[in-house]
Amino acid sequence: MSPQLRWRKFVSGFMLTMTGVCALVAVSVLFFILGYLVYHGGTSINWSFFTKLPKPVGETGGGMANAIVGSAKLLLLASLLGVPIGFLGAIYLAEFSASKVAFVVRYAADLLNGVPSIVIGIFAYSLVVLPFKHFSTLAGGFALGLMMIPITLRSTEDFLLAVPRALREAAMALGASKWKMIATVIVPAAYRGILTAVLLAFARVAGETAPLLFTALGNRFWSPGWNQPTASLPVAIFNYAVSPYEDWHRQAWAAGLVLLGLILVINIVARAVLARGIAVPRA
Amino acid sequence: MAGSRSFLRRLREGDEIARLVTFLFAVSTVLVTLLLILELWRDSALARHKFGLQFFFTRVWDPIAEQFGALPFIYGTLVTATVSLVIAVPLGIGAAIFLAELAPARLSDSLEFFIDLLAAVPSVIYGLLGVFIVVPLMRDYVQPGLKNTLGFLPLFSGPAYGVGFLTAGIVLAIMVIPYIISVSREVLMSVPRDQREAALSLGATRWESTWKVVVPFARTGITGSIFLALARALGETMAVTMVIGNTPTISASLFSPGYSIAAVIANEFTEATGDLYLSALIELGLVLFLLTFLLNGAARLLIVMTSQRGAGTANA
Repeated sequence: MSPQLRWRKFVSGFMLTMTGVCALVAVSVLFFILGYLVYHGGTSINWSFFTKLPKPVGETGGGMANAIVGSAKLLLLASLLGVPIGFLGAIYLAEFSASKVAFVVRYAADLLNGVPSIVIGIFAYSLVVLPFKHFSTLAGGFALGLMMIPITLRSTEDFLLAVPRALREAAMALGASKWKMIATVIVPAAYRGILTAVLLAFARVAGETAPLLFTALGNRFWSPGWNQPTASLPVAIFNYAVSPYEDWHRQAWAAGLVLLGLILVINIVARAVLARGIAVPRA
Repeated sequence: MAGSRSFLRRLREGDEIARLVTFLFAVSTVLVTLLLILELWRDSALARHKFGLQFFFTRVWDPIAEQFGALPFIYGTLVTATVSLVIAVPLGIGAAIFLAELAPARLSDSLEFFIDLLAAVPSVIYGLLGVFIVVPLMRDYVQPGLKNTLGFLPLFSGPAYGVGFLTAGIVLAIMVIPYIISVSREVLMSVPRDQREAALSLGATRWESTWKVVVPFARTGITGSIFLALARALGETMAVTMVIGNTPTISASLFSPGYSIAAVIANEFTEATGDLYLSALIELGLVLFLLTFLLNGAARLLIVMTSQRGAGTANA
């Protein structure tokens, strides 16, 4: 082997090893984050974290029951707004649309998907907070729901389009009207994919903080009804982490562990649902 | 098939109703997006008229004197995004090359699974880890170390606070790496197989075929993934707010605390007294929107261009 060839082989081996190191570093970040949160959050978490209200400043103990319920309410509202628009919009795109309308809708959805979350917060503030003159659960849910629309819409459409053509033709040949075909054949065939799309959209907005800062605001007490400022887990993590109190930092870790655990579990479930495949044999 | 049946018949069977209902839902997406742009434009009118283009070149941000200039925030946003790309691009592309070219399919898929999970971690969690791990690490080890070795550069001078441009850039880099990896991996895998084989058969080493043939072939798509990461880094709020130091300064030193567009909106929006103050913050939001809009559009275009090119050659 000439020295030049040996050198080229060395460079090849070295650079390829380096790419492996890059991949290792990138993946190990995830395990580092998980490990650190489990370590710090695990020692801080206890029963009262889930059942108690925050204590006044200076007293230790207390929990984040109000933030957990607040997050649940916000996510319920977000799903009520984001899932129907995303799902039915996707049916229009995949089954009914003229191509020009579809292009505009897809373009708008992609645009909305790229809007920084803080800007979504500004929009929800002008549209919901200002007219009602109230920071509220409603405004926070609206902001999060808005973010769910494009994610649900675009991936649901992909899954609907993946349903084999033979199934559509079979339903049509049996004399089903179009909407009957969609409701009884296409949607059931694609339901795993649709469920995955909805779950991923849900997980994505569950951790969003920026759009809640000036819509749902935050609250140290229970927030009755839908028209009051409400606490939520992500905003609580932010406020507690930047506070100067040791005990609040401890609770921020606990809340971080709960939030990350929830989001990762939803993600893994969503992918498991999808991995079991579309329930229809491919044509 | 639709043409063979009358409109009335389709109406009776429900098709026209279903079409109309789903159409309304689909179009509401467009309406809400237009409304968002309209609101940002209208609500920033006060600041736009008062300051004009001067808004982008003024360094003063003084709510009491009602003087608002966006320069320190634009500077902070650009600097942190640049730092993050300098770190994330080599790491991300390296990892993508490993996943697409070297790793066996099963290993590649399972690593991609973890990368996807990493992309799902919310930004406030990155901020939390940033505040309690990265900031002390930077203050006690990294910044003094950089100062001792590269301190003659203005980039690495000044006191080590821990928080600042450099720290924010590093946290952002960690956040955007998964995006670069996922998209670049897809793009690299769409490069036709014969490109690799041709290079190898001409006597290239594995690395030479990857670096001189496969990567250039996928260049546009990889650039797209970088644009995507940049858009993400520019718009990121929580993680940056928690580690950048929140001081409107323009300084050559990366150790200096700074401020970004998203961070100032997050911190001051609820405290904004007076219409002009609020309007100036909304104008910052408009700037951020336009920046990410342009970058996302360019990114999509580049990614589509590469995959079409790959498909085109594969068929040829």
